[in-house]
Amino acid sequence: MDDKMIDLVVTSSPHIRDKVKVSSIMWDVVIALLPALVAGLYFFWSLHTLGIVIVSIISAELAEILGAWMFRKPVSLKDFSAVVTGVLFVMVMPPSSPYWLIVVGAFTAIILGKWIFGGIGSNPFNPALVGRAVLMISWPALMTTWKVFPRIIPPHGVSANAITMATPLNVVKLHGFSQLIAEYGTKAALYKALFLGNVGGSLGETSALLLLIGGLYLILKGVIDWKIPTAYITTVFVLSPIFGRDPLFSILAGGLFLGAFFMATDYSSSPITSQGRLWYGISLGFVTVMIRVFGAYPEGVMFSILIVQLFVPFFDKILPHVYGHRKEVKS
Amino acid sequence: MKLFTFKPGGVHPDEMKITKDRPFVRMSVPAVVVVPLSQHIGAPNTPTVKVGDHVKIGQVIGSSTAFVSAPVHATVSGEVIAIEPRPHPLGKNVQAVVIKNDFKDEWFEPPQKRDLDSLTKEDILKIIKEKGIVGMGGATFPTAVKLSPPKGKTIETLIANGAECEPYLTTDYRTMLEFTDKVVDGFLVEMKASGAKQGFIAVEDNKRDAAEKLENRLKERGVKNVEVVLVKTKYPQGGEKQLIKAVIGKEVPAGGLPLDVGVVVQNVGTLKAITEAVLEDKPLIERGTTVSGTAIKNYGNYIIRIGTPVTHIIEQTGGLTKKLRKLIFGGPMMGLAQSTVEVPVIKGTSGILFFGEEALEMAPQDESPCIRCSRCVDHCPMGLMPLLIDHAWRRKDMKLAESLNATDCIECGVCSYVCPSKRHLTENIRSAKQAIIKQRKIEAAKQAAFEKLKALREKQEKEAAEKAKSASPSTEKGGKENG
Repeated sequence: MDDKMIDLVVTSSPHIRDKVKVSSIMWDVVIALLPALVAGLYFFWSLHTLGIVIVSIISAELAEILGAWMFRKPVSLKDFSAVVTGVLFVMVMPPSSPYWLIVVGAFTAIILGKWIFGGIGSNPFNPALVGRAVLMISWPALMTTWKVFPRIIPPHGVSANAITMATPLNVVKLHGFSQLIAEYGTKAALYKALFLGNVGGSLGETSALLLLIGGLYLILKGVIDWKIPTAYITTVFVLSPIFGRDPLFSILAGGLFLGAFFMATDYSSSPITSQGRLWYGISLGFVTVMIRVFGAYPEGVMFSILIVQLFVPFFDKILPHVYGHRKEVKS
Repeated sequence: MKLFTFKPGGVHPDEMKITKDRPFVRMSVPAVVVVPLSQHIGAPNTPTVKVGDHVKIGQVIGSSTAFVSAPVHATVSGEVIAIEPRPHPLGKNVQAVVIKNDFKDEWFEPPQKRDLDSLTKEDILKIIKEKGIVGMGGATFPTAVKLSPPKGKTIETLIANGAECEPYLTTDYRTMLEFTDKVVDGFLVEMKASGAKQGFIAVEDNKRDAAEKLENRLKERGVKNVEVVLVKTKYPQGGEKQLIKAVIGKEVPAGGLPLDVGVVVQNVGTLKAITEAVLEDKPLIERGTTVSGTAIKNYGNYIIRIGTPVTHIIEQTGGLTKKLRKLIFGGPMMGLAQSTVEVPVIKGTSGILFFGEEALEMAPQDESPCIRCSRCVDHCPMGLMPLLIDHAWRRKDMKLAESLNATDCIECGVCSYVCPSKRHLTENIRSAKQAIIKQRKIEAAKQAAFEKLKALREKQEKEAAEKAKSASPSTEKGGKENG
């Protein structure tokens, strides 16, 4: 036999691997976010809005390089995880945020949210939300300033020459639900606006419809587990009327869909077992409603995710049934 | 036909069963065969022939007195030219009898047909043992042992495993199609030998034609207590534990055997071998094997004499189409990569796969950090936490690995297959498992030694006490005297 034809490598089984890679997963997330992001650019259109999206992505990538350098780890831009963080972060920011705020937030997200815990896979919180939380506490005024964009003005709401307007949840907190309905004329008109996304709010959180489409794409692609968003949204829907809140409004308003499909499902900061994810989703819904009803902030999605993610090590103890063992071990 | 499956977990890789429609072809016998003395799980055989002996087909050339063993037979007639360590598909060099073929194809004892009705249960088990039958799905456990339950345990259900869930492999499929009667006969022989009341033949639903053929044959022959069941095409459906759960809904207890739930699972190829051994008096000297992959010209299903080296198979199948980079014995999920083309076909060789350079991309070896996506957890057919056992192994925390039930791992490869970070999960869990089992053996040996010593001490003390008792007055006196 011709020895040149034979050069055997010996590796451990399995000898085939699935095509899914970290980078392909990250791209799927970016693809899923695109419809809502594009809608955000449309509703809050200005060159500045487009500018902060680009600045956020570039800042996240630069922060990734800095983080890798700081912690003496190989730079791994090719897994595209920093792109996801950059996009997610800007989508939870007010569209009128100054550039410097975006830069600070993106660096905070990547360095404080991820690298100090050891980089990808080690972060206990969603990095984008860490970035936003730090800004929220440090520059509360900037984070709650909602500039008026022509495409989002409610039919009977603030006039076009007003400087600021509130988000729907803000209006409810300050003036009550009836005031909000009055601004839109009918309840149906309000639901429609919330569903399509021509309401005030963060850049990428307003269109429930497009976020839902993106979320379904991720579920069908097997990227995320349906249990987290389903348990989260259902819990909010069921719990809100108990506290006198309109259930449909409660799930469509604010960043719930963005949070449920894209933030709470962050791999490293969410539970690793199927049952754990179910309880995690339910807990998220509970804490969100509690913050919205009793908290100082009108919106509860961000802090509820950060709080519940603290308990992920606990949810990870809910282990699946091991084949051949009579009772699952809960230790 | 009903459709069954195990839950949760499993994957469905590309089936790649390119040899599916290629009937078995009998491969020529090589000029020299290398028959390893150990081709089964259990006690190794010692050679019963010497260098220079002339042997004939079917002659026992290696055997053992141990219960868990299976003899090895000469697969050609000719001269024993060496008994020495030779490359073995399991990785190490193993004692093998090298026979130079005289091409006379002489039988040691010409096979004679037997009738099942004339045989008792004991006869059947004796023949299965003598003819060296082992599990041919790859596990190579001696079949006679599998069919001899220890006291207090009975075999209630027999399951024939025709799932063949590994990609590429089509040996079992072709066996079911082309040797339908032999599979049915083997099953009936086994029913008689085991005393089982019911039987199932489980076939994955991508092989419906084989399932239907088996079902028709059973109907034609009036067999009532054997049912053909379809199982979902999902890996590792053919795993013994998964198949039992799919078919009868019971779980084999951890650390136990299928016998603990009254079941014996037998690969369909083994059933064919049982038929040939019991009804046709032939020892296990050849087997059906899928020869496939991207680097071999005439891929297909072949009946190959045990001991045929891969070099001969390459020659007989038209040669390699490109540089051979990976040679796998078994399927791509659980098979073993070989380091030399000198390895021979053994009783457990269900497939031989040849791959070129693309093999390196099919199984990338560079790992990236775990992103906790939990795909390994969601797909593990045993309900384990592969990522956590892997972490424990990397930290060499064997206590933790043990508490995470690492020893329940069936090494199916699903966790590594689905990992987007391409981490070596299966490899590390296997290592952890082996380390834990080794440690347990050491502990058990320590404990046994301790018990032995304790018993000895107690015996000595007792003896001394008795001695002292019977001679107590004099000893006291003696003591004083000495003082």
